[in-house]
Amino acid sequence: MSETSPARPAAPGLASRLSTALFHHRLLAVWLLLTPPLLWLGVVYLGSLLALVWQSVYRFDDFSMVVTPDVTWANYRALFRAANFDIVVRTLGMAAAVTLGTGLLGFPIAYYLARYTRGAAKGALYVSVMLPMWVSYIVKAYAWTLLLAQGGVIYWFADLLGLRGLLEGVLALPVIGGNSLATSNLGRFLVLTYVWLPFMVLPIYAAVERVPESLLHASADLGARPWQTFRTVILPLTFPGVVAGSIFTFSLTLGDYIIPQLIGPPGYYIGTMVVAQQGTVGNLPMAAAFTAVPIVIIAVYLVLARRLGAFDAL
Amino acid sequence: MTAAIELRGIGKDFGRVQAVSDVSLSIEDGEFFSMLGPSGSGKTTCLRLIAGFELPSRGALFLHGRDASRLPPYERDVNTVFQDYALFPHLSVLDNVAYGLRMKGVARSARRQQAEAALAQVALGGLGARRPSQLSGGQRQRVALARALVNQPRVLLLDEPLGALDLKLREQMQVELKSLQRQLGITFVYVTHDQGEALSMSDRVAVFNQGRIEQVDTPRALYAQPRTVFVAGFVGTANLLTGAAAQRWTGQARPVAIRPELIRVGAPAEGELEARGTIVDVQFHGATSRVAVRAEETELLVHVANPPVMPDGAALEPGTSVQLAWPRQAMVELEEPEPA
Repeated sequence: MSETSPARPAAPGLASRLSTALFHHRLLAVWLLLTPPLLWLGVVYLGSLLALVWQSVYRFDDFSMVVTPDVTWANYRALFRAANFDIVVRTLGMAAAVTLGTGLLGFPIAYYLARYTRGAAKGALYVSVMLPMWVSYIVKAYAWTLLLAQGGVIYWFADLLGLRGLLEGVLALPVIGGNSLATSNLGRFLVLTYVWLPFMVLPIYAAVERVPESLLHASADLGARPWQTFRTVILPLTFPGVVAGSIFTFSLTLGDYIIPQLIGPPGYYIGTMVVAQQGTVGNLPMAAAFTAVPIVIIAVYLVLARRLGAFDAL
Repeated sequence: MTAAIELRGIGKDFGRVQAVSDVSLSIEDGEFFSMLGPSGSGKTTCLRLIAGFELPSRGALFLHGRDASRLPPYERDVNTVFQDYALFPHLSVLDNVAYGLRMKGVARSARRQQAEAALAQVALGGLGARRPSQLSGGQRQRVALARALVNQPRVLLLDEPLGALDLKLREQMQVELKSLQRQLGITFVYVTHDQGEALSMSDRVAVFNQGRIEQVDTPRALYAQPRTVFVAGFVGTANLLTGAAAQRWTGQARPVAIRPELIRVGAPAEGELEARGTIVDVQFHGATSRVAVRAEETELLVHVANPPVMPDGAALEPGTSVQLAWPRQAMVELEEPEPA
């Protein structure tokens, strides 16, 4: 009698048995994957945020410069003092202006990128939008101080075009003006808009890309002129992308503490104030209170965006 | 009377590819006209040229006698039902239907009323408040139809509108579309790759192949008198006899087509042609069986009524030797495809 049993598959190895076990216990697999990020979010991220907020109600003694863990609302009351409130308003105003600027500049770029380019041209344009993010933020900020300074490239170019008078005229305006571009709010706006533009372009690009071409055809087919199609179809459908981008540009500008130091007129921003309070003065509770401001503003902003229906089309 | 749509020597290139080349045709007012062909044959591009989503590279297009070759879609009196329906996801069903009226500046209450009437016309009354995502595929299809018809276009373009529906629903919608077209009396231009659909609904059918029109005819004429090898093969089922096989039965090399239902199993009558062979396959298809017979170096397909038996009562089974017969006029002479 011959032993001709069919070739039996080799006993499954450990890896194979592990895969099978995970396949049959989906929940286990999900938890294995989620535990590290949840720990990170829960402990490192939320934990430090809570610690920060908690410290914002500690008492700081101006005279002895000592922080005591007694609960007080004094820091938050101090935010509404004229000098501090000015800082909040100034930062908020710039964040709103930069968001508007990046939106107006970014939408056409994103739309063109998504609808009119393909293949290598799309890749090249995409990279050129991302390219500024490959360079250190500090390097870009310093480079801009040179570009915007008296005798810098922009002044030279204005001279070349005979527009020096116009430039001086704009800089003579209140609020946006200053001694030179490098020390004006206009200059600061230009640099912040430049730095955060990719964060506006990419979410809008993704939103535009998701709108099927047939919807635009259908709109034109039903008698809508291009402008009407933009207003009634493209804008509502890409609005979530605009909101996503604006959350980036708004919060990034709110929290910035380097560009406001290097470019533009003197005067604190929320970010520079946090650095000053924490580093120079040693008033950690006040710095923490300032940090809470952008968090509250962004929360309010998200609620407003939701009310406007920004997330309906998601 | 001017034609509803006239294409004169229309061509469309995408880069180096000629999607449509030298298409001329004339579609009458009130006609149900189908453009039939396999994917990539140029039929959808042709529809998009009529709608205005593409501009022709060559030739001219006339809508009701007016040169519309360069008109944008929003200035053409045509409306389209899209293959993917293209409903606006951010608008309610009612707002979708009212969209065209809104663009025309019709007052809110009037367009509401008309849109509701249009929805009722396609049996969707009362669903106006829903979002398109809350509807089934068949319902979306009806919304797309209502959205186009509410504008009372003189021409309705339909781009494979039933492609995404299951068979039962598709057959039901075919009947509804046809009766809707009769009732409205407007021109329907219907793009499909389904020859059964085109034959059953249309007044006339244009068969597209490789960017060209092979034949424009009534469904009956297309089926009975296909002009080219492609049409004979694409519209219905046909036995194509080419080369030596054609030579054997017709005495000339020109290809011929024979519809499988015109071939009988049995001895030839006076003046009929015949073939002898062996059955290789029998497929059951409800009312008929499709019998494949290996005969004289070719394979002939024969449709016979069920049950599949020979005149003497013997069953038709694979391996059985049979005699086939058909009248000479069952063979339709075809044109060879033009060398490209």
